[in-house]
Amino acid sequence: MTLVAAFWVAVWQIVAWMVGRDFILASPLAVIKRLGELAPTWDFWTTVGLSLGRITLGFALAAVVGSLLAALAATLRVVDVLLSPLISAIRSVPVASFIILVLLWADSGKLATITAFLIVLPVVYGNVSEGIHQRDRKMLEFASVFRIPRRRRILAIDIPAVRPYFAAACRIGVGLAWKSGVAAEVIGVIDGSIGERLYEAKIFLDSASLFAWTIVIVALSMACEAIVLRLVKQLPGGAS
Amino acid sequence: MTRAAGEGRPAVEARRVELRKVTRRYDDTVVLDRFDLKLDEGRVTAIMGPNGSGKTTIARLVLGIDAPDDGTVVGIDGRRLAAVFQENRLCDHLSAVNNVRLVLDHDDRAHADHHLRRAGLADEALDRPVRTLSGGQRRRVAIVRALAGDADLVVLDEPFTGIDRGSKAALEAYVRDRLRGRTALLVTHSATEAERFGARVVTLDAKSGQEARE
Repeated sequence: MTLVAAFWVAVWQIVAWMVGRDFILASPLAVIKRLGELAPTWDFWTTVGLSLGRITLGFALAAVVGSLLAALAATLRVVDVLLSPLISAIRSVPVASFIILVLLWADSGKLATITAFLIVLPVVYGNVSEGIHQRDRKMLEFASVFRIPRRRRILAIDIPAVRPYFAAACRIGVGLAWKSGVAAEVIGVIDGSIGERLYEAKIFLDSASLFAWTIVIVALSMACEAIVLRLVKQLPGGAS
Repeated sequence: MTRAAGEGRPAVEARRVELRKVTRRYDDTVVLDRFDLKLDEGRVTAIMGPNGSGKTTIARLVLGIDAPDDGTVVGIDGRRLAAVFQENRLCDHLSAVNNVRLVLDHDDRAHADHHLRRAGLADEALDRPVRTLSGGQRRRVAIVRALAGDADLVVLDEPFTGIDRGSKAALEAYVRDRLRGRTALLVTHSATEAERFGARVVTLDAKSGQEARE
């Protein structure tokens, strides 16, 4: 893995030498230097914290609301009938349309959160619904025969059955939340956000900053994914 | 109480569990055709018959997880049910003890431990996830889960499948003891097993359980 990474960094360095213009393609060394300049500053950490908080909040809300709505739709047919077309519509709407709509309707400070929420919601809803439908019917019969109380059944049978589907949704959803959330920050030029830093990099043709912030985004996304999957593993049926 | 064809709701007060003129089809196959059966209160009724004669279908009807196409199932509503299914149907991620506690009214660890030990489960197996247990150990957990509680109607569908001959007698003794005074339906291929339970034996004919001999 390390060798593969080293290979691609080397390719990047060679291409950067060949291009020969830092504003078009900064070299890895220039990007590392830029990261080194950014990391010790207070501004860097407040920027990271702001975007992290907003995007994570959007993801978390989508995970909770999507799961609850899926559970409700599995219980009440009318909810399923009402929600299915809405969720399909949300899934099909371009991210840019959401971003512009949210800018029209809401405070720009909430833009990244709402955008991440709307992008992740259909993924969680769809996967959790599928997980609920794929529960083992024989285990549900067992619960019915023994009249297992609902809370016990949810913990012992339902959550373990749905957990792999929820985990898959989270794995996809974290990446989508970061992509859409940062896109929203760029389009909305949200003050003090990572998206604003990317926008500035574009304005000032500063590709070293663009790459540096992109690396930060990828690292944050991967860290969030690892943490979320670890939390999901703590759900019933996942840890033992 | 009765469970009637197509409605699944109580209709008439009664305690004795009965299948009255029950017909059950799966697609075009008639598994039971106007089939009658009465379970004796406080006693084991054993159902025997060749594969495909409808034994498991009868078990499912008695448990209320299947409904007749015609006829009625009487006397199951309001009862506390328990079952040893053909498959173990355990929660794989839970320990043996927690699988039993899952169905107990009062979350009583000592009670679950006691019964699992009586059924021959070793101490070291009590707290292991059941997916790590052997087939015989898992079967024991499934049996204890059905019998450790206070169910007054117990269905056992070939309960000793996967139990080695050496330990079967002790397990049978546990099951006999726990079934004492309870109404039970035992699905089995073994006449001697039915005999050891002092069961009234109902033998199904090969075709659609049309005529049950007692």
